[in-house]
Amino acid sequence: MNALLFYSTLGIYCIATFIYLVYLLKPREILGRSAHWLIAAGFLIHCTFTVIRYIEAGHTPITNLHESLSFFSLAVVGVFIAFERKYHVFILGSFVTPLAFLLLLASSLHSSAIPLLPPALKSKWLLVHSSLAFLSYATFAVAFGAAIMYLIQEHFLKKKRLGPLYQKLPSLVILDEINYRCLTFGFPLLTIAIITGAIWAETAWGTYWSWDPKETWSLITWFIYAALLHGRLTTGWRGKRAAMLSIIGFCVMLFTFLGVNLLPSASLHSYDRLLGEKYR
Amino acid sequence: MNIVVVGLSHKTASVEIREKVAFAPNRMEKPLKELAGLPDINEGLIVSTCNRVEIYASTHDIAGGMARVKRFLADFHNISLDVLEPHLYSHHGEAAIRHLFRVASSLDSMVVGEPQILGQIKTAYGYAAEYKTSGIILNRFLHKAFSVAKRVRTETKIASSAVSVSFAAVELAKKIFGDLTDKTVMLIGAGEMCELAAKHFLNNGVRGVMVTNRTYERAERLAEEFDGRAVRFEDLFDHLHKADIILSSTGATHFIIGAKDVEAVIHRRRQKPMFFIDIAVPRDIDPKVNDVENVYLYDMDDLQGVVSSNLQLRAEEAKKAEGIIDQEIGRFFNWLSLLEVTPTIVALRTRFEEVRQAELAKTVAGWKDLPPDGQKRLEALTSAITNKLLHPPTNLLKRTGQGGRTDLYVDALRQLFELETVAPQEENLDDLEE
Repeated sequence: MNALLFYSTLGIYCIATFIYLVYLLKPREILGRSAHWLIAAGFLIHCTFTVIRYIEAGHTPITNLHESLSFFSLAVVGVFIAFERKYHVFILGSFVTPLAFLLLLASSLHSSAIPLLPPALKSKWLLVHSSLAFLSYATFAVAFGAAIMYLIQEHFLKKKRLGPLYQKLPSLVILDEINYRCLTFGFPLLTIAIITGAIWAETAWGTYWSWDPKETWSLITWFIYAALLHGRLTTGWRGKRAAMLSIIGFCVMLFTFLGVNLLPSASLHSYDRLLGEKYR
Repeated sequence: MNIVVVGLSHKTASVEIREKVAFAPNRMEKPLKELAGLPDINEGLIVSTCNRVEIYASTHDIAGGMARVKRFLADFHNISLDVLEPHLYSHHGEAAIRHLFRVASSLDSMVVGEPQILGQIKTAYGYAAEYKTSGIILNRFLHKAFSVAKRVRTETKIASSAVSVSFAAVELAKKIFGDLTDKTVMLIGAGEMCELAAKHFLNNGVRGVMVTNRTYERAERLAEEFDGRAVRFEDLFDHLHKADIILSSTGATHFIIGAKDVEAVIHRRRQKPMFFIDIAVPRDIDPKVNDVENVYLYDMDDLQGVVSSNLQLRAEEAKKAEGIIDQEIGRFFNWLSLLEVTPTIVALRTRFEEVRQAELAKTVAGWKDLPPDGQKRLEALTSAITNKLLHPPTNLLKRTGQGGRTDLYVDALRQLFELETVAPQEENLDDLEE
């Protein structure tokens, strides 16, 4: 049953992504509209899947790569829908939904068996810390999409190449605004995620901060976004510079999420591998 | 019944001719009533704009109707038809339908895709409806034209891009700033182009205007006109940071704004974007300004480039529009043909039935030893004969309805069988289409 929900979500995201990409090339407004409703329907199914998974597993389903990639994808779609509704730019979907689809596709490649939790993860903090972390990741993902759109549009305007894609993309101000809004939501979320993580680490491992690779890279991510926010608020970093930094921040964040798990030195956060060895 | 159009436009007549035959917008009753009162003319409609004067009419007699309309146009304006004739075009049937569809969709306009023409035709139709000079055919025709124009507008990008330099500048500004309502425009120097662009910006909601000029008095005069404020030319760089959009057209022979100046200004604005539009030739603004972050510089050539690529886009979109019009002509022409066909078929069948009934009655009355089931069998025999005979012509008429020589057949049938002309009724026409 739940596998059916998962694969229907994957299918819907796939079709919606396809329509969004076609929308990039074809000017029909109906395409954007239908992709929008399709992705919203997919989101609801995805939510249902996640709740059922929570009940079946008996813990927050963010414990291995299958679960966390799926949750990441869910959060990206949720945040994206919110921004699309607020700013009425369907074309944002052409840049964000492919990411959500790829995340869910990656999730589908990992075993969906319900893992046995190592003692360290059996905590109420799992829900708070992980979901906040992924929510912040998701807002940065949307910021990343908007930043790419900004760079494309800025390039068109500077080089005076005003083709169909230029016509389709929204104004620079809107794109910059989306980027900024994402930052103002994402940064506090990331901050709280790091703080709750530290508190949880203290209760689980007896120390607030142990310079574990995941912690270190999270801090680097945090500093990048902090610098961006600071620059925006004080010296007026906006536009291209903000977009570039937003893209760099997102890449570092992706590394924090995925790369650290693949590092040779074991991280305390590499549950997937640990679970893979011990419990699978 | 046929639709004819007689008219002239910017393509066939100079403004001197066009203004002579224009109809005053608020005095349409007289010409419309005169037009509809002409012999052979059933319905009439007059479209009169600064670029075209066209008369649409429905008539039974194409050649006669057209001649009468031409004569009317000349007589009404007291011009000799010989002078007018070379500028006139006239179409009937499918060509007339295509003509109105193209005009309403703005494919025949001076600037293809300009939106005013549809409104002007709607107004013209409003007068015709008000003075009851349009009937079922023109009503249906005009409504069809409006829906075709709407389809063209929504399904093609024919009107989506700016085709004048000042509109192109406004569209670019919208892509940079989004909303223009809280933006300030600065005019450096004066000139027709510059003022026109400033007006377009004001129409699009720009909040403030600053004007500077080497002669301060001229700046003051212009500032007054735009309800803005004048700035002394020497103080330009003290005020530049307050402007979001800068329109420059001075007669200077060298650059008056360089990249270094703009870097300082943009820093002062905390990187808020600026849009420079350099309409001057020779240019006022160093092209290197475009390399400064968050600054966009377009000169006259760039804007012309935008306009010409937009015109090219419109030309491509116009092709799509022609395709849409082709489809719709088929549908409308079909309706128009069936308008004639159906009453003719009905009349033909009625005629046959009358003859059959009459002859049958005669035969039965004079037949003494008619067997009991004889009348029934005679009924069956005679109706089988008439039905068999009527089947091919009925089919042929219905088929030729899809664009063909319906008129010819309808006329022939009417004359051959002495059918009465039956006027079509509005209510049973709707189900005939498609």
